[in-house]
Amino acid sequence: MTQTPGRSWQDITDAGKRGDVPEGLWMRCPRCEAMVYRKNVEQNLHVCPECDHHYRIGADVRARQLCDPESFEPQWSGMAPVDALGFVDAKPYKQRLVEEREKCGQPDAVVCGKGFIKGRGVVLACMDPQFMMGSMGSVVGEKVTRSIELAMDTDRPLVVVSCSGGARMQESTLSLMQMAKTAATLAKLDQVGGLFISVLSDPTTGGVSASFAMLGDVILAEPKALIGFAGPRVIANTVRQELPDGFQRSEHLLEKGFIDRVVHRRDLRSEISRIIDYAGK
Amino acid sequence: MTTANTYTGTYELEFERPLLQLERQIAELESHSRDSEVDITADVRKLKQSHTAMLKKIYAKLGAWNTVKVARHPGRPQAIDHIRVMAKDFCELHGDRHYGDDPAMITGFARVGSHKCLIVAHNKGKDTRERIACHFGCAHPEGYRKALQKMKLAEKYGLPVVTLIDTPGAYPGIGAEERGQAQAIAANMFEMSRLRVPIVSVVIGEGGSGGALGIAVADRVAMMQYAWYSVISPEGCAAILWKTGEAAEKAAEALKLTAADNMKLSTVDEAIPEPLGGAHRDPDAAIANVEKWISQSLRELKRFKVDNLVNKRFERFRRIGSYEEK
Repeated sequence: MTQTPGRSWQDITDAGKRGDVPEGLWMRCPRCEAMVYRKNVEQNLHVCPECDHHYRIGADVRARQLCDPESFEPQWSGMAPVDALGFVDAKPYKQRLVEEREKCGQPDAVVCGKGFIKGRGVVLACMDPQFMMGSMGSVVGEKVTRSIELAMDTDRPLVVVSCSGGARMQESTLSLMQMAKTAATLAKLDQVGGLFISVLSDPTTGGVSASFAMLGDVILAEPKALIGFAGPRVIANTVRQELPDGFQRSEHLLEKGFIDRVVHRRDLRSEISRIIDYAGK
Repeated sequence: MTTANTYTGTYELEFERPLLQLERQIAELESHSRDSEVDITADVRKLKQSHTAMLKKIYAKLGAWNTVKVARHPGRPQAIDHIRVMAKDFCELHGDRHYGDDPAMITGFARVGSHKCLIVAHNKGKDTRERIACHFGCAHPEGYRKALQKMKLAEKYGLPVVTLIDTPGAYPGIGAEERGQAQAIAANMFEMSRLRVPIVSVVIGEGGSGGALGIAVADRVAMMQYAWYSVISPEGCAAILWKTGEAAEKAAEALKLTAADNMKLSTVDEAIPEPLGGAHRDPDAAIANVEKWISQSLRELKRFKVDNLVNKRFERFRRIGSYEEK
């Protein structure tokens, strides 16, 4: 048995090269290849002004974009990952954690807190693709779980912006169990009539899509985001055929009935507010 | 008494090679004794003793990768064997009421010991035709939805749920994605966490990632001694982190996927012992141990008030994780 379900890291990192905003004053959009002025892209919420390509953004930028100015208060910022397994691949997990932290200035791949979106109080969790491709280990699982609990305690709607390659291999079954932990806590939120708006961004795959990301009361997705259980390369290797056009992209999932709306980044704030109002939260 | 079929194939575990010579000698002596007057009982006994000693020695320090190989041994009892041996009057129930009937997931009412229950189990298939139909034990969304639909039925009639896990992972295919593999697995965990009947799970072979956890959110989770349970298969992990599937052995070690390792991580509650040399050497004895654990666990869980049971199940998963906080 040589089959290896799960996403391919290569898929994700390749997509990462296409998705991140490159360095420099001017940059070439990886999708439409137009030369665009970097500041314009940033002012445009990191969306290409020419072709609407949605770049991947860090958790801080995301929280700032979604919340009313100065309203986001981060929580549990002191929580940091540990190497419970003594995991060593090309380099030790311990070392990887230090390097990733230096690279993106965060101790792990999620930023959570309280904030306001168009005046509506929310609990917000944003995943950060810059930290080990947004992978979910104990810290991500615990912080998302606490966010759900905070939403219950404060009776605020919960908004989680997912951006992740899936569960983090370096914490093995501890990572895996975070799927059950977050799903079980969401069941509690559901029981008390809470509102969970799940926002999927590029990419949302593996153990994150197969747990809290797909459990939203309402699920929104940014345009053309890669969303799925297994990575496209793993699927192509398994079925040995070419994958259909647009396969596993937001629009495809919309067509298949797995998400509620595809929403442009500039409309996220108003769309989230609207749903909060309809739910009476 | 129904028994599991004994494996008669020729699958060979590399690390068991030192045993082969002894086995050959024993067979030779035994066949020789049939045609001669010489009494060789003592010699055979001696050889068998050293065979047992060597087997003990090999299995005492098996290593993670060899454990994975034992877990995948074609002669290892599959869920269907467990059901055949331990379940009296198994009443299989088919279909997910949405799309189809996934043969990679078996569900049905059964009696295990004195307990009426619902069994939910991965199915790998016995011969080539079955294996292909079951995608080698990789269930589709309809398999997970079938499991959930039957678990809701069990809840309605107050029947405890027994799940047997044996999968390399959920199926990664076009149809599986289009029918919402991720959503199906997520929904199962969500609903199992609050199902108002006792749930016990046993990883009987392979516990591959979300495909395993999708039917393993239980009050008690056990692993058979030589089963594996991990966030990803060793081959998948090797391909991603070492960039070559050949590093699977290293990945298996790093992933801490054995029963003993998972006990240390508190991700499983118990390891169910297997006969010396693995379940494939004595399937009936292996299944008897599993049955004993299931019966005992259900007896204990049935004593809890339902609210208490569900709370404890939640807490069991809520506390898993390892991090520091300043």
